Amino acid sequence: MNTWIYIAVMAAVTYLIRMLPMTILRKEIKNKTLRSFLAYVPYVTLTVMTFPTILGATRSLYSALAGFATALIMSYFKKSMILVALVSCAVVFITELIIIH
Amino acid sequence: MENESKSDIRKKDKAFLNGLRDGLPIALGYFAVSFSLGIQAKDVGMNAFQAAVMSLTNLTSAGEFGALSIIGAGGSYLSIALSQLIINLRYCLMSFALSQKIRPETPTHHRLLMSYGITDEIFGVSIGQKYPLSPFYTYGALLLTVPGWTAGTAIGVLAGSILPDSVTSALNLALYGMFTAVFIPRSREDLRICAAVITSMTASLAATYLPYIKDIDGGSRIIILTVLISLIFAIIKPIDNESSDETDAGHTDSIKEEKEAGSTS
Repeated sequence: MNTWIYIAVMAAVTYLIRMLPMTILRKEIKNKTLRSFLAYVPYVTLTVMTFPTILGATRSLYSALAGFATALIMSYFKKSMILVALVSCAVVFITELIIIH
Repeated sequence: MENESKSDIRKKDKAFLNGLRDGLPIALGYFAVSFSLGIQAKDVGMNAFQAAVMSLTNLTSAGEFGALSIIGAGGSYLSIALSQLIINLRYCLMSFALSQKIRPETPTHHRLLMSYGITDEIFGVSIGQKYPLSPFYTYGALLLTVPGWTAGTAIGVLAGSILPDSVTSALNLALYGMFTAVFIPRSREDLRICAAVITSMTASLAATYLPYIKDIDGGSRIIILTVLISLIFAIIKPIDNESSDETDAGHTDSIKEEKEAGSTS
């Protein structure tokens, strides 16, 4: 398997997804089920990618739990993506300073 | 041609500068997140140049991240293509939404260029703009965010191994933190999304540990669960069209604005 072909395939598929609706289809999707499906997709896919993989992302299950809990709480209060990401990382770092010697 | 007057040029400049301004915080965040993406790219055997080209040509955190796990597992080109189709399908929706947000007469070359810049964050700030969205707003936003994303990935590959384990361990959480910041706020607003998110967590946890099912590779697990859960929820809990109302409202506002602008000039 060649890395450059992987990258080319990814780039082509991703660009087509972004480009086709904007350039070709200028009408709204009418099908309610398809619309709903497309509305659920981003949230379901991000959740599935995050959990439970996040629990094994760091050096310790406990630091990952602390980081994930931080992300959940801050997200609930609608903090920005960037702030949530950075503070969660900081919590992981501090937790590991305490529990890993 | 005479109509392409100074005021039109000033509008373009203003849109461009607005995009640039909104792009700055996004670019800083991208840099931090793509750094951890670069660390993972290195783990699957990419060099800095390959990782930079991947980020420059794809410009998508979840998609690239998903692709890396498939590349790491030696997956096929077809599974890479499918993973991008599924993970990035949301861009298709955003592209639809943006097509309603720009002037209908926007020429194709602008549409082709703007499409490249459809990411969660740039879409987020673009949709907050008044109708009509200027292509130059998008270009302004891209000017800082694309280099931030690309350079972050390359530096992640190069410097990831220099950083102490404690720092890379913490940075590994960055992407997931960003994802969490997308699905949790929407769950709070919409109980149907909330139910779908809880179902996804439960199903994903089960699929990771249940015998036989756990042998499915990570990329396929994501695709299968996404399609199944989204389809089931689309059928039992359809989401009515809220976005079209917003676009309609956007149109009415803009018509008013154009009238005002017309009467003053």
